[in-house]
Amino acid sequence: MEFKLKIWRQKNASVKGKFETYTLKDVSPEMSFLQMLDYLNQQIIESGGDPVHFEHDCREGICGSCGIYINGRPHGPLRNTTTCELHMREFKDNTTIVIEPWRSKAFPVIKDLVVDRSAFEKVIHAGGFINANTGSTQEANNIPINKKISDRAFDAAVCIGCGACVAACKNSSAMLFVSAKVSQYALLPQGKVEAKERVENMVKKMDEVGFGFCSNTYACEFDCPKGISVEFIAQMNREFFSAKVCKQKS
Amino acid sequence: MIKLDSKIPKGPLADKWNNYKSSLRLVNPANKKKLDVIVVGTGLSGASSASALGELGYNVKVFCFQDSPRRAHSVAAQGGINAAKNYKNDGDSVYRLFFDMIKGGDFRAREANVYRAAEVSNYVIDHFAALGVPFARDYGGMLDTRSFGGVQVSRTFYAKGQTGQQCLLGTYSSLSRQIAKGTVTMYERRDMLDLVIVDDKARGIITRNLLTGEIERHSAHAVVLATGGYGTVFYLSTLALGSNASAAWAAHKKGALFANPSFIQIHPTSIPVLNDYQSKLTLMSESLRNDGRVWVPKEKDEKRHPNQIPEAERDYYLERRYPAFGNLVPRDVASRAAKERCDAGYGVGDTGLSVYLDFKDAIEKQGKKAIEDKYGNLFEMYLKITGINPYEEPMRIYPAGHYTMGGLWVDYNLMTTIPGLFSVGESNFSDHGANRLGASSLMQCSGDGYFILPYTIGDYLADEIKTPRIKTDIPEFEKAEKEAKERIEKLMSVNGKQTVTSFHKRLGKILWDHCGMVRSAGGLKKGIQMIDDLEDEFWKEVKVSGMANDYNQELEKAFRVADFFEVGRLMCQDALDRNESCGAHFREEYQTEQGEAKRNDKEFAHVSAYEYNGNRKEEILHKEPLVFENVELKERSYK
Repeated sequence: MEFKLKIWRQKNASVKGKFETYTLKDVSPEMSFLQMLDYLNQQIIESGGDPVHFEHDCREGICGSCGIYINGRPHGPLRNTTTCELHMREFKDNTTIVIEPWRSKAFPVIKDLVVDRSAFEKVIHAGGFINANTGSTQEANNIPINKKISDRAFDAAVCIGCGACVAACKNSSAMLFVSAKVSQYALLPQGKVEAKERVENMVKKMDEVGFGFCSNTYACEFDCPKGISVEFIAQMNREFFSAKVCKQKS
Repeated sequence: MIKLDSKIPKGPLADKWNNYKSSLRLVNPANKKKLDVIVVGTGLSGASSASALGELGYNVKVFCFQDSPRRAHSVAAQGGINAAKNYKNDGDSVYRLFFDMIKGGDFRAREANVYRAAEVSNYVIDHFAALGVPFARDYGGMLDTRSFGGVQVSRTFYAKGQTGQQCLLGTYSSLSRQIAKGTVTMYERRDMLDLVIVDDKARGIITRNLLTGEIERHSAHAVVLATGGYGTVFYLSTLALGSNASAAWAAHKKGALFANPSFIQIHPTSIPVLNDYQSKLTLMSESLRNDGRVWVPKEKDEKRHPNQIPEAERDYYLERRYPAFGNLVPRDVASRAAKERCDAGYGVGDTGLSVYLDFKDAIEKQGKKAIEDKYGNLFEMYLKITGINPYEEPMRIYPAGHYTMGGLWVDYNLMTTIPGLFSVGESNFSDHGANRLGASSLMQCSGDGYFILPYTIGDYLADEIKTPRIKTDIPEFEKAEKEAKERIEKLMSVNGKQTVTSFHKRLGKILWDHCGMVRSAGGLKKGIQMIDDLEDEFWKEVKVSGMANDYNQELEKAFRVADFFEVGRLMCQDALDRNESCGAHFREEYQTEQGEAKRNDKEFAHVSAYEYNGNRKEEILHKEPLVFENVELKERSYK
């Protein structure tokens, strides 16, 4: 297969970037998208250039490192698939592929396709945990949890923190990411104790670090590689209002 | 002269840890905050160490090379985490978990360490439940378990095929809590380049800021390495591409002994190599062998589609060879059996280097829904990578480099031979002997970090309360920084023509062929020679693009590959020295008539710990005898 690759090149955060076009021949349909970029980089290095920087690590769709805007979609054309799991057989031969970094005020570009996602960390630090000290806990089966609820919490907990939801949203909203964490803990008895403080603190931090309001377009769910449902956003809104109301009452 | 003292406490096995714990010295809370601890790595063992030490009040600095601690490769562990809860009433106990691990490790691990790992396993599950880890539950709301290879009880807790992700994210949440509290300072996007030793004690590290290229000095009263395994030495492995040996290797060069380097687990169920450009192999969890049946055709050169091959013409070779454990034999046994069939010409796929893992019977019996509930995400992953739907036809699998039982030598306190340098999780050697049983890695990592290190490191730090903060403007730091800069300069200045990755690939092939699933004296000697030659070529021909003082992913790789030559050589040296077969280490000269591993307990019931002696020089071997007081050494049989 042969492709024309239009790739965003940007040396660092302080200079302007631009698209560069590369022609890549002899691409095998069995290659993953990142292997295709490895192959391109090998040729760039051999001809004395600076390889395209992109983030990746596990290459099996679970670490959340990779995240590239491919032909106008986070993680490319396939649903429920991370960039590293995408294979070249999904693309038509002899076409142009446009490759960009995540675009969001809260995720500044570091170099080429690499962005700074530390805004997510800040939101987690604001309350994405249960206050339980090591050694202070009771026998695990002392608190039975209804299977449906536990499974539901799991569905929220599978978030890999890649940032596709933010990249997909025209408002760069992080509602799906934040709501997944808020809902996981709000559903479980262990997390309920501090559910109200948690949702307030995390939402406040989310606004502070530059994420926008929910656009209500559901683009986040559509492009989430783990298929996390917007129903968790509804759950977070409910948690948030209930926290506010309780506060007013007291 | 280094003398190995494992510091195993006296007394009956079951009481050792409890009694010892009570005898360890404590540091009072006011002093703890004056003591700095560096933790390198944020996988399950590093993040749990850092958060537990932060909770205690130490001033912790934690480092990772990724952009977030949540990305460490523990996240990719699939199948589960073991604990001796006996929730199934199937006869499980701490002793049985201990025994399974000792036997599974082919009697090459320390009894006391393994027993302790089994003992703390139950606390780990309690702690994860409290942290909100959504383990699978049954309809009564109780935690569910499943079976794993090499055991006959059901003790593996799981969260679909994403147990590692859920355990790591739970630990990341407890780490985040400490970061928010200010007890832990997080340094992400850093590579550790060197360990700094002051007056014979580990006192700090030199790091490279991966975004700016800046070389930094960080000091502490103690250093903990939680830097994972070195399976990427094979280039193609189930590990993340960034996983590497460099931090542990830097410590090794500074005097930390490296134990059992040749004990590397080759995992039996990985998606096979599909093309020449492949950059990694993806694991299919061992849990699949609970319901999947492994087979190859009975005829060589079988060309029919697997669904067309009738039952009578299939060889379920694991069930045939190992009737007692069947498809659930331990990983080393399953891997070698697959290799044996493929080498004999019965392998399937274009390359003949794969076997079938078939769910047809399980789907018929339990229904598609039940299988989807248990393994849904794994089936999807398989479909995405191969384009084949495993609900409709068997998966194709082949062994791949996975986990390193070998690692930094540590005593019972998890301290290396350098005072003040500790090692936890996969980066140490201590609990898995010559072969690790499934679902015991998450268990060991979290046990080390949450429930063992916080006690033992206190005993060391009790002597340090009068030591003021370590300054970084002292000659030891200056020297280490200078050496790190010189090394970067050396790598950048070769300016040859070949990419770093091309060398890594070639090194990986040498090791896979000569120090992989089956080894021989002749092959290992040849392997060492080939590594020497390749290393020479590397330092003449490698091309590291970009600049040193900039974000430079090629330079990061170059560092790691440069160390892998030395790691690979030591693996071969150790495999050559160990004239026996045990666990994952299989020397073709030492096998039974049935082709099983033949141990030599008289000469090799010891840990081989190596002392660095300069590159290209044979390392100095120290032996720690293994004493078995509670189990009887026998042939490890799964028949």
